[in-house]
Amino acid sequence: MSAEFEAVVLPHLNAAYNLARYLTRNPTDAEDVVQEAVLRAATYFSSFRGANPRAWLLQIVRNTAYASRALVRGAVTVALPGDEAGAPTGPELIDHGDDPEMALRKREDHARLTRLLAALPVDLRETLVLREIEELPYKEIAEITQTPIGTVMSRLWRARRMLATAVQAEEGR
Amino acid sequence: MECENLLLVQAEFDGELDAADALRGAQHRQTCAECRDAYAQLSATHALMRESAPRYQAPESLRRAIRASLNVTSNAATPPPPRPARSWWRDSASFGVGAALAAGIALFVIAPAQQNLLDDVVASHVRALQPGHLEDVISTDQHTVKPWFDGRIDFAPPVKDLAAKQFPLLGGRLDYLNNRPVAALVYGSDKHVINLYVWPGTGEPMPSKAARNGYNTVHWSEHGMDFWAVSDLEAGKLSDFVRDWRAAG
Repeated sequence: MSAEFEAVVLPHLNAAYNLARYLTRNPTDAEDVVQEAVLRAATYFSSFRGANPRAWLLQIVRNTAYASRALVRGAVTVALPGDEAGAPTGPELIDHGDDPEMALRKREDHARLTRLLAALPVDLRETLVLREIEELPYKEIAEITQTPIGTVMSRLWRARRMLATAVQAEEGR
Repeated sequence: MECENLLLVQAEFDGELDAADALRGAQHRQTCAECRDAYAQLSATHALMRESAPRYQAPESLRRAIRASLNVTSNAATPPPPRPARSWWRDSASFGVGAALAAGIALFVIAPAQQNLLDDVVASHVRALQPGHLEDVISTDQHTVKPWFDGRIDFAPPVKDLAAKQFPLLGGRLDYLNNRPVAALVYGSDKHVINLYVWPGTGEPMPSKAARNGYNTVHWSEHGMDFWAVSDLEAGKLSDFVRDWRAAG
């Protein structure tokens, strides 16, 4: 495949994998989905004219995930705490290296949030992930999820409320 | 009963509002406890997600596999044909329709379809009037608006400027209607806005009018495209727009 295709697609591979991981809720399916999505993207590439490659790729990843039935399967293989293959990285890995207690608490927070996010309905989960983790504007989320902006807004609202309620319920226990 | 401004407050929180609307949102929060609480809740959830939500990175094994498969593809004589993206929920939806047909209620399923589309078209028009949502590409130049749709949509919508007829082109937008991405062309008429939705289809060439919630619509088909014009313009004026648009080269 052309160097041009690689230059357009490969910079967004982390975003693609992150979305696939949250959609399928397990690392194996996420890899399969991204790999198939990139192949699809390669076949569509001639019709792509370059406005927003990230949204374009993420839309294909999403459609591939929805078509793969991995979303249904994922429901019974929700990641267990400690199942951290495809290790998450982020701000949490910075600064706390010297403090084991802090590091442990961080890991527990991670596991808990992973579990609560996995329990959200998939349409709410993908909207929340695209907004809060990928920090995309509503318009781009609408493009990726092929949904009107009004629906993006209400899904985002419901996702945040469900997550906040679930967090409060756990903390209240 | 929820405050009707909750989504506005959320849009403010997400930085989706222009300065004037953001100010209005902030002022509203001063007097609405529910929206004040909602804003605090949004901040808390945002902080939680930033600190504790995993950001997964593509494993090296995946990168290698992708490079390998891309090289194989480029050496093959023809790329594999794209598979249509089907989703499991759409499968279940069609199952539902099948069940309805079996139960002998087909007439009820078919008739409301156009009604639903009319509702969706008007709802989309109303949504588009929210601040910042009207145009994705702002231009009065049809030669700017038309190429903007290339690569964003799988057909080339006809773009015409009717400034000479007092319906200046304001821009274009991508929208989602009738279960597909559609082109929305935005025209002005004095203080009013006309959304013209376009997508491939072969309906009736004869324009048909309908009204919903105070908005007028005109629907017709030509050259393999379905058109829906929507506006709060009075019906006669909207018909003028449609006539001028169809007459323009």
